[in-house]
Amino acid sequence: MDDYPILEMKNIQKAFPGVLANDNISLEIRRGEVHALLGENGAGKTTLMNILFGIYHPDHGEILINGKKTFIHSPQDAINEKIGMVQQHFALVPSFTVAENVILGLKNFGFIIKTKQVEQQIKELGERYSLPVRPKARVWTLSVGERQRIEILKLLYTGANILILDEPTAVLTPQETRQLFSAIRKLVKEGSSVIFISHKLDEVLEISDRISVLRNGKNTGTLNREEVDRRTLVQRMVGRDVLMDQEKPKVEPGPVKIEVKDLTVKNDKGLTAVNNLSLEIHGGEILGIAGVAGNGQKELAEAIYGLRPIETGKIQMAGEDLHHRSIKKRIQSGLSFIPQDRKSIATCPNLSVMFNIFMKNTIPGLKKSSAWNIQIKQMHEKTRELIRNFSISTPSSKTRVRYLSGGNLQKVVLARELSSNPSVIIAEHPTRGLDIGAMEFVYQALLEEKKKGSAILLLAGELYEIFRLSDRVAVIYEGEVMGYTPPDPSYTEKIGFMMAGTREDSIHEN
Amino acid sequence: MKIKIEKRLNTPRYLSLVVPVVSIFAALLIMFVILTIFFMGRIGSFQGAFSETVSAYKELITWPFFNQYGLYSTISKMVPLAFVALGLSFAYKMKIWNIGGEGQLYMGALAATWAALFVFRGITSPILLITLVAIFSAIAGALWALIPALMKAYAKTDEIVVTLMLNYVAIFWVDYLVYGPWRDPKGFGFPGTAAFPEPAMLPTFFDGNVHIGIFIAIAFAILLQYIDVKTQWGFNSRIVGDNKKAATYSGIKVKKYTIISLVVSGAIAGLGGGVQMMGMQHRLMHGFSPGYGYTAIIIAWLAKLNPIAVIFVSFLFGGLLVGNDQLQMFYKLPISLISIFQGLVLFCLLGGEAIAAYRLKIEKAEEVPANE
Repeated sequence: MDDYPILEMKNIQKAFPGVLANDNISLEIRRGEVHALLGENGAGKTTLMNILFGIYHPDHGEILINGKKTFIHSPQDAINEKIGMVQQHFALVPSFTVAENVILGLKNFGFIIKTKQVEQQIKELGERYSLPVRPKARVWTLSVGERQRIEILKLLYTGANILILDEPTAVLTPQETRQLFSAIRKLVKEGSSVIFISHKLDEVLEISDRISVLRNGKNTGTLNREEVDRRTLVQRMVGRDVLMDQEKPKVEPGPVKIEVKDLTVKNDKGLTAVNNLSLEIHGGEILGIAGVAGNGQKELAEAIYGLRPIETGKIQMAGEDLHHRSIKKRIQSGLSFIPQDRKSIATCPNLSVMFNIFMKNTIPGLKKSSAWNIQIKQMHEKTRELIRNFSISTPSSKTRVRYLSGGNLQKVVLARELSSNPSVIIAEHPTRGLDIGAMEFVYQALLEEKKKGSAILLLAGELYEIFRLSDRVAVIYEGEVMGYTPPDPSYTEKIGFMMAGTREDSIHEN
Repeated sequence: MKIKIEKRLNTPRYLSLVVPVVSIFAALLIMFVILTIFFMGRIGSFQGAFSETVSAYKELITWPFFNQYGLYSTISKMVPLAFVALGLSFAYKMKIWNIGGEGQLYMGALAATWAALFVFRGITSPILLITLVAIFSAIAGALWALIPALMKAYAKTDEIVVTLMLNYVAIFWVDYLVYGPWRDPKGFGFPGTAAFPEPAMLPTFFDGNVHIGIFIAIAFAILLQYIDVKTQWGFNSRIVGDNKKAATYSGIKVKKYTIISLVVSGAIAGLGGGVQMMGMQHRLMHGFSPGYGYTAIIIAWLAKLNPIAVIFVSFLFGGLLVGNDQLQMFYKLPISLISIFQGLVLFCLLGGEAIAAYRLKIEKAEEVPANE
């Protein structure tokens, strides 16, 4: 028995309407290894794992566990085969305790629930795999990292020895990620196998023993960790070389396009989120705002755009005060906004690409269109043109955007926001959740606008992105600008200090 | 060979016709079984019940659609249905669920009566009087819908509950008037007002069998269709209907759209009430509507909120009402059976739509599938 790999998936094929999500994928997982599944969004990673976990059924192909052909019809079958999966979205009951959530995941918890016993076992399991949890804590009081640990413990408690972790680090802080990795190492030492799904190269290189790269629903091959480097992985993921570090175009800064003066804005809870903040951006300039999430970035963006009322202060565009100007007026005077939440704010999921492109009714170049006689045909034509220019992959301009992938959806938003010749662009996490190819596209599009003379406010979490695009970096902490630095990685430490709340002038250079 | 069920990416156009037709047939089929059982209770033998049901069905179809006089009644009956359904579909496009068509219809009829009998009593010019009465009824319907509209826009109340409750207020208000202050003293105690003056009656054709309300309804359907596909309002209303946050982000004033859509919806339903008074009843009566406002919900839905389709579906339902009257008269069927049938239509339609979201795919299996 031990000669067989613990799990084999052979020639798995799965089609969804319009896409072949898994095209003849074969995968072999060995006992006691961390096997990374790497690939861009939409490459078929999650589909493949959902097949393994019994959520989807493959059109063709077979699954072998310990060399024995196995049919997995449902997650329950998968659990019986000792396969466990931590989904991207956790399935925990917030008002229950940790132990109660673990019990809930069991098939037979009996008539009288032995909570005490379970609590003890969870504690032991947690200590053994360095996944510390408090069994009696209610889930809603816990951080995302702790919740993830409960999910993993749930699997271990059911005896799973093949663990699927779907993008587990997407929601974690660097410290929590480190903790997770040490737990994963202990798990494989004890003989479990971990399938680690990610599109983050560094993490994959750090934790994996073997790496399978999926692209367009195909497995491009399984490689040993020692054989690969960043470059080869990227090539396999994207299918071509990506220019990772490119020169920024040099643009002579123009006049000040947007000016924020002593702005104070409250958040949803009524607390001050932006505190007496001032900044200005010139035409042809990108100002990157670095900061830990939740320090007023969102509120700043929404206040400038007009979605959030301002308490005090002034916002001026080209010298004109925006106060009392409706969103519509702001849009018309050339303000574009790429919100972080493209699904719930920036697009209408059930409407066509054309509707989403013309949502703001700002795309120039339409003839004879008026409020009482809109030119649907022309709008479709223009949409098709933008689909080509922004290389949006969609069957047609009439396709509902809910069927588009994250990257293509963001391209629709970009096509709308950048085709109106904006003079000021607010870009809030413009590449969150996108794969490398789409990220690069967003960067190029924003840099192109910069060349045309737009002023761009970039709010991003990843410093890499800020360095890659910005001309100046402002660091925000609790709604205040702590200081400015040039966009250079050598300032990372200084930025780190400022992100933690130290003012620029009180940092002593050693 | 393997048959698979998979979700459709795009719903083909022909389905929007096929689904309602098939659902109505399905409803007719189920109703056939119910009727047969009903008749078996009355007649005793299955054979007798079966042939009774067949002949009832014949009556249900031939009289309203293939008989001249039946057809006249069908067209008259469809007018209030069409008006209310047009109004409702206008609001439904924005996912604002106006269930208050019945109340708005009643208020329109009430205002029309007030205008015709009291406010504009002396006016003899038919064009002027009809226009004024029509405006009054539309305003009354609009005001009746303004209440839930303001409540929804500014207090975030649920429009379904408020519009539904206001139906009863309107119905009982009319009842109070026709049993009380407005009762016709020469009406032999019948709960109704005096008849409208001659100039407040809509012109008729086909020897006085059909009034011109049908043309007003068709004109409105064409206007609403134009608004829907060719105007900024129609475009924006779809954005509001799909994602209110995205609408706000696009600079669309969602509150304004909410209020206007409900108010216009109420105005059209109210106008329906006025037209019904001026064209058909010529007096306000207790219970003049056998639930037009609720049937209109089904019609709006069957027509997929398309104004032009509303006209055709209203014709169908007008015919059904007429056929039902026939069955009631000649087959002594209780009116509740008719309500059952309407419920069945909606039920089959919703089921049909859910099914139509999927398609069957037949493919040849190349290997033994893993999940057999």
